[in-house]
Amino acid sequence: MLKPLLILCSVFAAASNYGAAQATVRVEPENLKGPRVLEDQTKTTVIRDYLQAWQGLHAALEQNRPDLLSADFVGTSKDKLADTIQQQAALGIHTRYQDVSHDLQIVFYSPEGLSVELTDKVEYDVQVLDHDKVTAAQRVSARYVVVMTPAEVRWRVRVFQAVPD
Amino acid sequence: MKSRLAIVLSGLTLAATQLALAQGGSLTVPKSVEAGSAFSIPSAGTGKATLYIIGPGQVLKRDVQLGQTTEFPAGTLYDAGRYLAVLAGGSSPETDGFDVVPAKSPATLSFLAKPSRLPVGLHNGITGAVYVFDAYHNLIVTPMPVSFELSTPAGTVQRTVGSHEGVAWTALDSTAHQGIDRFVARIGDVSTVRIVGQVPGDPCGLKMSARQDGQRLDLATEPVRDCSGNAVPDGTIVTFTETFHGGLSTVDVPIKRGIAEVQMPIYNGATISVASGVIMGNQIGWGK
Repeated sequence: MLKPLLILCSVFAAASNYGAAQATVRVEPENLKGPRVLEDQTKTTVIRDYLQAWQGLHAALEQNRPDLLSADFVGTSKDKLADTIQQQAALGIHTRYQDVSHDLQIVFYSPEGLSVELTDKVEYDVQVLDHDKVTAAQRVSARYVVVMTPAEVRWRVRVFQAVPD
Repeated sequence: MKSRLAIVLSGLTLAATQLALAQGGSLTVPKSVEAGSAFSIPSAGTGKATLYIIGPGQVLKRDVQLGQTTEFPAGTLYDAGRYLAVLAGGSSPETDGFDVVPAKSPATLSFLAKPSRLPVGLHNGITGAVYVFDAYHNLIVTPMPVSFELSTPAGTVQRTVGSHEGVAWTALDSTAHQGIDRFVARIGDVSTVRIVGQVPGDPCGLKMSARQDGQRLDLATEPVRDCSGNAVPDGTIVTFTETFHGGLSTVDVPIKRGIAEVQMPIYNGATISVASGVIMGNQIGWGK
């Protein structure tokens, strides 16, 4: 079990390293509450796409560009993040979200295979810029609940919500 | 790497000034706020400042008078998540974090039910998964009992499942009777309905008879039914095969008004068989 876990960690570290600073990634053994078996390939893809979504989040909120959300987010989560970008733009604010570490666990794979839920104990740095002047910077620890659904060629984030640990 | 370095350096700079303010304790944020409810943030000191509420789901900015309480009316902050409150006034910003938690009452159920059509008598053939959301489309992760009901012409099957991390699921057998069923997921007064069509299964006990009509044989099946007695729908293909003296003749016939019938030439010593898909029926030997 340890060997596959280490391999997964390496793969995901590389994935999250794409285009940005490296976040450490730990993947817990899944604790599935559904009847459907989660194949390793599906698990790898879901986690890779989730980590890439953080890169999309980072770019979209930093540049106030909602179009950058489309590759990674869908439905409610995309709408909410797009609203945030609108609010930021209206207020002259930019935010930088940089993920530092992830501790992931897949907790549900729906019976028909149309959704995967995972939890992520994540640490990230937030930097707030008001009219390009840094107003605050803070490291945040949060536990996220994430629901992903399959799209044409990848999984997209449909629910992206921090919950009290 | 540059962006990480920039965040770390600015964080260090700000941390020094924040430490000084933190000792003053001028910013007091609630530990958690229910989505959509009113809340307030008091501040200490004098002068003007700017209060930011920052999260991936929402961003707010208010000009505040230090020493007064900033009120946020109901409906202002509604997206659940982790937020950062930043009080920036002069050169000494102060930050603190708090949670916006989903409302307690569910408002919508996202119900994934599959399939929309299936054969009767299938064990665990119908599955449903429900995600529970509040009025602001926040996922309610507090465990809740979710009732699943499958209403069929033969009766209702009901099962209650507790949600975990905002989701509950079930699997139910399709019944022995064809028809249009209502599959309902419910929490209290909130429900979502999906329609599931149960259709007859494969033909069962397929049987034909033969009758001579001059130089031809009239072949007809008995009413074609599945193993639960449901009539197999018209249009389902039934295949009649006649083998004779090394020859073979095959005719595909759709079921009409419950039966399939065809005329085939008579050959002494012929064997005639009937099938539908992979389901074999009886065989008839003709003459010798």
